[in-house]
This record gives sequence, structure tokens and C-alpha cells, in this order.
Amino acid sequence: MIYFDNTATSFPKPPCVAEAMVKFMNDIGANPGRSGHRLAIESGRIVYNAREAVAELFQLADPMRIVFTSNVTEALNLALHGLLKPGDHVITSSMEHNSMMRPLRCLEQKGVEVTVIPCSQQGRLDPADIESAIQPNTVMVALNHASNVTGSVLPIEKVGLIARAHDLLFLVDAAQTAGVLTIDIEKDCIDLLGFTGHKSLYGPMGTGGLIVGERVDLNAFDMIKCGGTGSRSEHENQPEFLPDKFESGTPNAVGLAGLNASLRWILTQGVDQIRSHEIRLTKLLIAGLKTIPRVQVYGTLNAEQQIATVSFNVLGKEPSEIGLRLDEEFDILCRVGLHCSPASHKTMGTFPAGTVRFGLGFFNTKEQVDYAIAAIRKLAEEVK
Amino acid sequence: MNEPKYAVILVDSTSHAMRIERLLNSADIDCKMIPVPRQLSSDCGVCVRVRFDDVDRVKKQLEHDRVEFQVIYDI
Repeated sequence: MIYFDNTATSFPKPPCVAEAMVKFMNDIGANPGRSGHRLAIESGRIVYNAREAVAELFQLADPMRIVFTSNVTEALNLALHGLLKPGDHVITSSMEHNSMMRPLRCLEQKGVEVTVIPCSQQGRLDPADIESAIQPNTVMVALNHASNVTGSVLPIEKVGLIARAHDLLFLVDAAQTAGVLTIDIEKDCIDLLGFTGHKSLYGPMGTGGLIVGERVDLNAFDMIKCGGTGSRSEHENQPEFLPDKFESGTPNAVGLAGLNASLRWILTQGVDQIRSHEIRLTKLLIAGLKTIPRVQVYGTLNAEQQIATVSFNVLGKEPSEIGLRLDEEFDILCRVGLHCSPASHKTMGTFPAGTVRFGLGFFNTKEQVDYAIAAIRKLAEEVK
Repeated sequence: MNEPKYAVILVDSTSHAMRIERLLNSADIDCKMIPVPRQLSSDCGVCVRVRFDDVDRVKKQLEHDRVEFQVIYDI
């Protein structure tokens, strides 16, 4: 079996992830940050270790500025719903996933003004377009780091500088890039960074977080949930400090045990090593697909300018048919359709049918890529 | 009166206690996380216990690392 759906979630995971989770369930199990007995402390220590590992990955000095959430969707919802008020203006791109677009459309109904900057058909964003969209009431730029459809990387460093120069908050959705591209919160002028644990961080589902930078005014940042935090229990009001203000309820400690293990694994492998492997495979895949008649590949067609996600179509066949036949006849698992991002497909001109998407990961090999190219060639030859 | 043997550092949350534990450990200062003694706070969380003799070093270290804590009590 060939798993080419790493963009949806990475699989397999490094063995250390499941080991850490089994150890947590069998030997630790207690609620982190609540009681003071030794198992509760050990559980809290594991959650804290995960916080430190995230801080190390993103060059963050203070691990307390990491708010754990159940995934990047929750992180983006927290940032958007917590910070944007009616009358505020926010700028985003036409390559966003629905995890960004839907909360923005929801806020639009409540009086937040949203500008969607069109990207090119290849998924490229011109930072100058962001700058010219800035209005007196603009408070935030909210941007995908890399498209989950074409893999195109957006120029966050340049947009970050523009946002900073205009004193705007800069929110980055790193769902597809955390762990595979180097992200430096300080250097890239990022104020809020949403990440998920189960994609290129190789951790379990149900983990993720929002990094809250020092420029974010906590007094103007509303919670989207309140509840028990294990701190200040004598008060009925929510604590105002990080991370507790935004971390109510028992956390996914077993998931964070797994995330801690996967983050250590990434830090040991090195983000650059992972990236190089993925660039090698992506180059092969794009080059191979381009040689097949009637196959159209979307995006930048440049492995250096995208992540290991490649969208394509076999002209004359529906993406859904390709997906089913790859699964049933060739043992290749991938995702077809709109990939939760109608905006991207409208930008690319592939709405509403969508595309076939191969999402490669660290555990894929050159042989698998060669085999998949041969499979697509066979399917394309059927089209008369 | 005997000198107290320990002091405890009260913090905002378990995460803060964990951070202090990690920083003190790296500075080779002994510490242990314990439930907050009831006479100090009605909070249900943990605090960090250090040796009374180490309190000055602890303060210096935490100031150096710019870590916030509420207060240090002798116990």
C-alpha cells in the first residue's frame, strides 16, 4: 500500500509516537495540572515538555505563549473570533482552507469586514496586493503559509514585514508547513501562529495550538471557551494569564505525550533534512507527471516553491474516478475533490470538480513515486 | 526558633511550576513539585519546594531567566 494522503494527515507516524501514548495510558494517566500527586505532576510534566518542544521548533523564548488546542481549526477560530470585533477589517488570500475562510465568513455576518486578495492561478500571492488593501480600520492579515491544494508557499516573510510596518496583527496558518519549513516567529514578524500536530509534525490527531506573540493585547483577546484550568480555583472568573486564559478543560494529555515524542523526533531529524527529502520526491513527481499526455499539473511546478503536495488532473477523467481506481487497482491512497478549500479551486480554475492530490511525506520513497507515475500514465492512456 | 528547612515558590499554574522546575534543574538547584500547602493558598494546584538555604540562588536564577512567580514562602 502506498499512502499519499499526508496532506490530510501524516501516516505512518514515527514509532516513538504510539510508544509515548501507550506509556502515558498505561503508566501515567492522571489529569495534568490538577491534583498535586506524583502522577498528576508527571502528566503535567509531559504536557510541559510538549510546550517546550513546540517553543524550540519555532524559536520561541517563552513556552507559556503556546496555547494548546485540539487542532489548527480551533487555533484559527480562537485567534479570529477572539480578536476581531465588528467594524474591524481583515485581509486574507484566495488560497485559504475553510478552517480560515469559514470563521472569517461567519465573522463577516457579525460586522467584520473581510478582503480576500486574489492569488494567481498557480497560487502565488503578490505581497504588494496586501499592502494596497490596507484601510484605516484594518487590524489583521490572516494567511495560509502553504496551500493544502497546490502546495504553493505564500511569501509570509514579506507579508509579515508589511503587517508590522502598518502595525497590524499577522496570523499565520501553518497547518501544512510546521515541521517541514523553518518558521521563525520573531524574524517572520508573526503575531499569531496556528499549527496542528497530526500533519507534518507527525503527531496524533486532536493536538495543535496557537502561539500568541507579545504584540497581542491579552485584554482585547476574548476566550471562546471558559472553564476549569487547575489554577486560581478560588475564583469564578477565568484567569487572565497565558496559557490558562485559553486552555480550559482537561487537555488531550495522551495526545500531547505523542506530540512531544514526534516533536523530539523532528528536532532530531532536523527540519532541513525532512524538507530536502520532500523536495527530492516532489521534483520527481512533478517531472514525471508533466511527461504524461493529458495530465495537467497545477501550482508552481517548482518543488523549491511548494511543499510536497501536488494537485493534478487526468483530462477526460473525473478526479473521483482516478481516486477510486488508484485505491482499488493500484493500492495508492490519495485525496480527490475540493480538499476543504473551494476558494483555492476557484483561484486555480478547478471548481467544482476539483483535482487529484498526492500528499507526500517523510516516509514515502522514490520507488513509490515512480510506481504512482506509472499508474497515472496507465490511467491516462485509457483516454482516447 | 529553628530556621525553616524549606521554602515554596507559588506560581500561577502548573505550567509555570514545570517551567521553574526545568530552569532550576538546569542551574543545579534541587527542587520538588508539591501540592500547595493549604495554609498558603486555597488553590488546588502545585508549587515548587526548594531548600531554604537556596532561596537567594533561586531568586537570582528566576530573575535571570525572567520567570514570573507570585511569592516565596518559608515553611
